[in-house]
Amino acid sequence: MPRSVRCSALSASLLAEQVLNGLQLGVMLFLMAAGLTLVFGVMGLINLAHGSLYMVGAFACAATAAATGSFWLGLAASLAAAAAAGALVEIAVLRRLYARDHLDQVLATFALILMFSEATRWLFGSFPLYLDVPRSLAGAVELPFGIRYPLYRLMIIGVGLAVALGLFWLIGRTRLGVRIRAGEADREMIAALGVDIARLYTLVFALGAALAGLAGALVGTLQSVQVGMGEPVLILAFVVIVIGGIGSIKGALVGALLVGVTDTLGRALLPSALGAFMEPSGATAVGSAIASMLIYVLMALVLVVRPAGLFGARA
Amino acid sequence: MIPERWLNVALAAGLLAVPLLAVAAGETFTVTLATKVAILGLAGAGLNLALGYGGLVSFGHAAFFGLGGYAAGILASHGIVSMPAIWPVAIATGGLAALAIGALSLRTTGVYFIMTTLAFGQMVYYFAVSWPAYGGEDGLPIYVRNRFSGLDTLDPIQFFALAYVLLLAALALTARIAASRFGLALAGARQNPARLQAVGIRRYGIALTAFVISGAITGLAGALYADLNRFVSPAMLSWQTSGELLVFVILGGTGRLWGPVAGAALYVTLEHWLGGVSDYWRFLLGLLLLGVVLFARGGVIGLLSGPPRHG
Amino acid sequence: MAEPVLELCGLVKRFGALAATDDVTLDLRVGEIHGLIGPNGAGKSTLVRQITGEITPDAGHVRFRGRELTGLDVAARAQRGLARSFQVSSVAPELSVLQNVALAVQGASGRTYRFWRPALADAALTNPARAHVAAAGLAGREAVPAEALAHGERRRLEIAMALALEPRAFLLDEPMAGLGAEGSTELGRLLARLKATAPILLIEHDMDAVVSLCDRVSVLVLGRVIATGSVDQIRADPAVQAAYLGTRA
Repeated sequence: MPRSVRCSALSASLLAEQVLNGLQLGVMLFLMAAGLTLVFGVMGLINLAHGSLYMVGAFACAATAAATGSFWLGLAASLAAAAAAGALVEIAVLRRLYARDHLDQVLATFALILMFSEATRWLFGSFPLYLDVPRSLAGAVELPFGIRYPLYRLMIIGVGLAVALGLFWLIGRTRLGVRIRAGEADREMIAALGVDIARLYTLVFALGAALAGLAGALVGTLQSVQVGMGEPVLILAFVVIVIGGIGSIKGALVGALLVGVTDTLGRALLPSALGAFMEPSGATAVGSAIASMLIYVLMALVLVVRPAGLFGARA
Repeated sequence: MIPERWLNVALAAGLLAVPLLAVAAGETFTVTLATKVAILGLAGAGLNLALGYGGLVSFGHAAFFGLGGYAAGILASHGIVSMPAIWPVAIATGGLAALAIGALSLRTTGVYFIMTTLAFGQMVYYFAVSWPAYGGEDGLPIYVRNRFSGLDTLDPIQFFALAYVLLLAALALTARIAASRFGLALAGARQNPARLQAVGIRRYGIALTAFVISGAITGLAGALYADLNRFVSPAMLSWQTSGELLVFVILGGTGRLWGPVAGAALYVTLEHWLGGVSDYWRFLLGLLLLGVVLFARGGVIGLLSGPPRHG
Repeated sequence: MAEPVLELCGLVKRFGALAATDDVTLDLRVGEIHGLIGPNGAGKSTLVRQITGEITPDAGHVRFRGRELTGLDVAARAQRGLARSFQVSSVAPELSVLQNVALAVQGASGRTYRFWRPALADAALTNPARAHVAAAGLAGREAVPAEALAHGERRRLEIAMALALEPRAFLLDEPMAGLGAEGSTELGRLLARLKATAPILLIEHDMDAVVSLCDRVSVLVLGRVIATGSVDQIRADPAVQAAYLGTRA
């Protein structure tokens, strides 16, 4: 009896905090998925090495912050490094693959993962780097209903939502957006319009890369910065895209928030929820195992109901 | 150009000759490497049926490979140590997992299919990591290699013989299937799905059947691989393993019968040699792969025998 | 009057505000070639795709051999004897001529899930396939991969595959496209023989072919059938002259 009372007293603020954590994971996944979906929508390229760009951003931020003592310089470096790496890879390798089938794209970008990972390991070694939260964002803030939440994580949510708004504006309202949408519709038409399509593609790719680098840098303070950190996030971003529908920024945002919140709440709540039915240690084991599968179950449901994804245009 | 038939014979003979010579020279490690090639070639042969013959770019075959491995490990931990008893379970596990994952993933095509199989593969991986009963993250050792009556499976060359025979059987099966009515439909599904529907054959059923057979073969390879290492861990289920399986098939020659064996042989050799040259050998491997994709499409077999012969 | 094999009754298909198919009613009768003509954008392909089952009409029925087809997918309609050729040649490029046709024979027979016996050693498959290859005028080319065929030959391969379905009706979507005068004449002769096997709904741009081959013609303009009748009736129809022939002049 006392146990259930304690649970219910905790649950309101605990739930709110977990929802915020879910949103924070969600916007981070959005930064990844937006770049992937943009690159696929415009160039028809599936880029497995997008996770490597995330890693490049995290390492650039950690190394710059360690050298200069400024997280903000690190953040700027992460954007620049990821965008530069993205543009370089696009120009040197990927533009040869736009007309190829998906299998060639998968293999080539898998090869790029190996090269990025090994090069990073060679430069920085196998041990993880750590990145501190900038002092101005340390600590927690009081939110309404007596919830205390780390300011830094709140900032990530804010940045993610701001980027989402910026992307909607970019695609919907600017000349570049018109070109991007035209590129999705018809590559020959856009070439006929006199747009330098090669430069447009490099630009779009660098933009996607910068978003991935930003995500890596922001998350670098919450986790350790290490080789191989990008691919689990990449696969989550794929889940987001399958759920949201490929080529759609709106789909990426909705899918990312859905995945972020589902995953976080599942991990936080399932083990204790199962505790109501079975003994605690078993509940923790079963609960965490099921929680780890929850977003894939969500993806399976979407595949059954809407194989094209929630916002997918594909029939 | 060497006719593909002769190249296949040379591959089969070479894969048999190397470990036999190694035994004569007392180089047991080389026998183990050859066994690894045979087993990874078997896993790749499974993937090749879906990828090469059916055009299904699965980035989730590690799930079937790893589940086959866990079938061997878990049965062994419960005292079932006879390979002829373990193999059907591994085959069924791989096949059933492929049925579940394929039934969902094949509702999509193209790049969605790649992402979906990758994601479901990762799901199985995370499940294995977080499920503590059979070692979780740490994996599950197989203390004594499982048995096959009449053979000493701990003797490297005898274990190699088992793997080699199973590889030959799987390749014979693949060749039969490719030439059969089903194989014709599978080729149609890869080359022109709309046309396949228009002659009255549903792509979904064809693709799913191929995917299940593919998963079953890869599951069998997983059981052998677990026995080779006498250890099974979530690493067998990881996305890197899925990527490596794809690499075997493509490096050797997609849709070529012996392509996965050629690819696995090249990969294992490179891993062994480059690994000795540099700690960062995977960088060189990536560079090589990139070169193959950009300049040498068709893999080893394509390079040596030219494009596939139509018949 | 010969009985109808294929009947379209009040078919409607809208894409947003545009009615791509607007209350179309027409039939295809035993022994005839029924031409379907109309300017570009008249909705011919959309209509064909509703007959084959690739898209679902918003209203109306498609009846085939007296049975409603609504709810059946492409494969099921093909198995009932509705054979189509594609606007753009569509065969399995790496398979040989014989393999392509054998695939169609196999689709018609419904026995696809056979894993062991080589397909090309199966007389139940290869005998009819060879006969259809010969009937389409491709004898001697059995072993050639489809991708190595000339354009006209690929059209013939399409016809051979359609024949292999033992069809009760053919839907031929611009089979003359890109053939040139001589090729068109040859293919025309083949079609004139084919209509005894099963009636043909012929979607065609080549007016000479339509005039020389078709027993009846329907004219589709902006999704509507504005006239159906013999070639002479259609020529004399003022609505057709205004809407269609006028645009060609």
